[in-house]
Amino acid sequence: MLFKPVQLHIPDGFLSTPVSIIGWVLLVVTVAVALRQTRGQLGERQIPLMGVLAAFIFAAQAINFPVAGGTSGHLLGGALAAIIMGPWAAVLIMTSVVAIQGLIFQDGGLLVMGWNILNMGVLTAFTGYFVYQLMRRLLGEGRNSLLAAGAVGAWLSVMVGALATAIQLGVSGTSPLGVALPAMAGVHALIGLGEAVITVGALTFLYAARRDLLSIGETAPGKASASWVGVGLGIALVVAAFSFAASPDPDGLERVAEDTGFLGRALEPVYNLFPDYTLPFISDPLVSGILAVILGTLIVFGAAFLLARVQGSRKAGA
Amino acid sequence: MLHIDLADHYQRGTSPIHRLDPRVKIVGTLLFILAATLLPPGSWAALAVLFLGSLGVAWQSRLGVTYALKRSFVVLPFALAAVTLPFTVPGATLAQVGAFVISVEGTVRFLSVLVKSWVSVQVALLLAVTTAFPDLLWALRELRVPRPLVSIISFMYRYMFVLADEALRLQRARAARSAQGQDPRRTGGSVLWRGRVAGGLVGNLTLRAFERSERIYNAMLARGFRGELKTLTPPTLTQFDRYALAGWVTFLAMASLIGFVFAR
Repeated sequence: MLFKPVQLHIPDGFLSTPVSIIGWVLLVVTVAVALRQTRGQLGERQIPLMGVLAAFIFAAQAINFPVAGGTSGHLLGGALAAIIMGPWAAVLIMTSVVAIQGLIFQDGGLLVMGWNILNMGVLTAFTGYFVYQLMRRLLGEGRNSLLAAGAVGAWLSVMVGALATAIQLGVSGTSPLGVALPAMAGVHALIGLGEAVITVGALTFLYAARRDLLSIGETAPGKASASWVGVGLGIALVVAAFSFAASPDPDGLERVAEDTGFLGRALEPVYNLFPDYTLPFISDPLVSGILAVILGTLIVFGAAFLLARVQGSRKAGA
Repeated sequence: MLHIDLADHYQRGTSPIHRLDPRVKIVGTLLFILAATLLPPGSWAALAVLFLGSLGVAWQSRLGVTYALKRSFVVLPFALAAVTLPFTVPGATLAQVGAFVISVEGTVRFLSVLVKSWVSVQVALLLAVTTAFPDLLWALRELRVPRPLVSIISFMYRYMFVLADEALRLQRARAARSAQGQDPRRTGGSVLWRGRVAGGLVGNLTLRAFERSERIYNAMLARGFRGELKTLTPPTLTQFDRYALAGWVTFLAMASLIGFVFAR
């Protein structure tokens, strides 16, 4: 089949009822704000443009490239949509995509759809946009800065979506956080690379063919609000991860601690920066897992930043 | 493969389930999933009752009793997300594999999650296959989903087949130019190169989407579009719809009762 489901679609039953309802409430508020913001941005063109772009993301998710061992890289699209159209428009686009996938194709449940849309649509869009804008500001104009910012934004957007999914599964008691967090982070560190490569490819094409389109996102409303959401998001993720790391019953945590090593080895990710996503000098696997994720993120961010800087200065010097 | 027919999964029909008001179907589906999700772990009797309920709906839809059953295994891959429960939930020992203890409580939790999601997806599937998508959208709007959002989704639905076709053409063009060999993994250059080409296709598709939306907008303006989509007068709730919903809610309440009374 041409259309493969993306990995983050949670089916019904995997999240507890309170968690599901919180997701719906958050989504309703977000979509209400998004509708008001894009109405101002696009006027009466809002409906046809958003609708066709949502159809575009849906179709773009089907474009893939073979990686290895039967797996393929493909696009989630939240970051790309946000980079092109701005964060609030991207929220509407991704909401439509995930809603249709759940309603027609049963990719993702209905009661849990609130979180599915937030994870794959809202969090990806805001992370992608925030990181992209931040790096653009740090690196300045130019092609390399655009591509580096796009790459990191896309990679991080998938990571944040995956970590949020892991936290929801953990809070719902479906999967212990100490297992879900490192496992999701590990798998999606790889999947995010596919996202980054495709996003960069798309931006390269658009930069060459229609540079003017890339300024829609720059001038979109809600740049400031997106920054605040981005900062809040980062804090919320860290707080959520640590508070739930501290709260569950110690028995359960001890078991997790015993088993994580085994699970880490069972997954055996070759792409892993740190063995089993734990740092050798910290004994608690959960805390070190979280630290490893944060550290890995910073390293990738820094590497892309440096690369773009070096390339940029070489071009300036020549 | 000239034209993509992404399966509008809708199956035409005139069964009682097809004729039900789409609002009733959406609310009924959500209530069913809610009832399943709320059940405490290990309420096998209640889950069995819910499963029989979904079989009953499938039977009434005249698509065949096992129609949804056969297509409901799509949720299984996600079970991986919960597969560690038997090892991590403390409790009585069920079995021991090497150094790892499989607990009874953990296994019950794991299987409950699995069965809940499995019965839920069957009912969600029946909703999708017995309701034409425009009816579903109309019902969403009636259920207070914001009008512009529903309009956007209806536009997306209208054009996703068109753009999926475009995506397919782009991929065919790529295949035609990349000397596809026996082993698809060795086609073209490095992984990075393949990824960049795929990204180029996505960029190309972006442009096509923008240009198409421009043409659509102009065509709409030419036909008197003022920023709002108009719809024809919708059907009203019949007596049959009310009885069906009341019966369904009673059934779900009974199933929940069984679940909580016989909770482990």
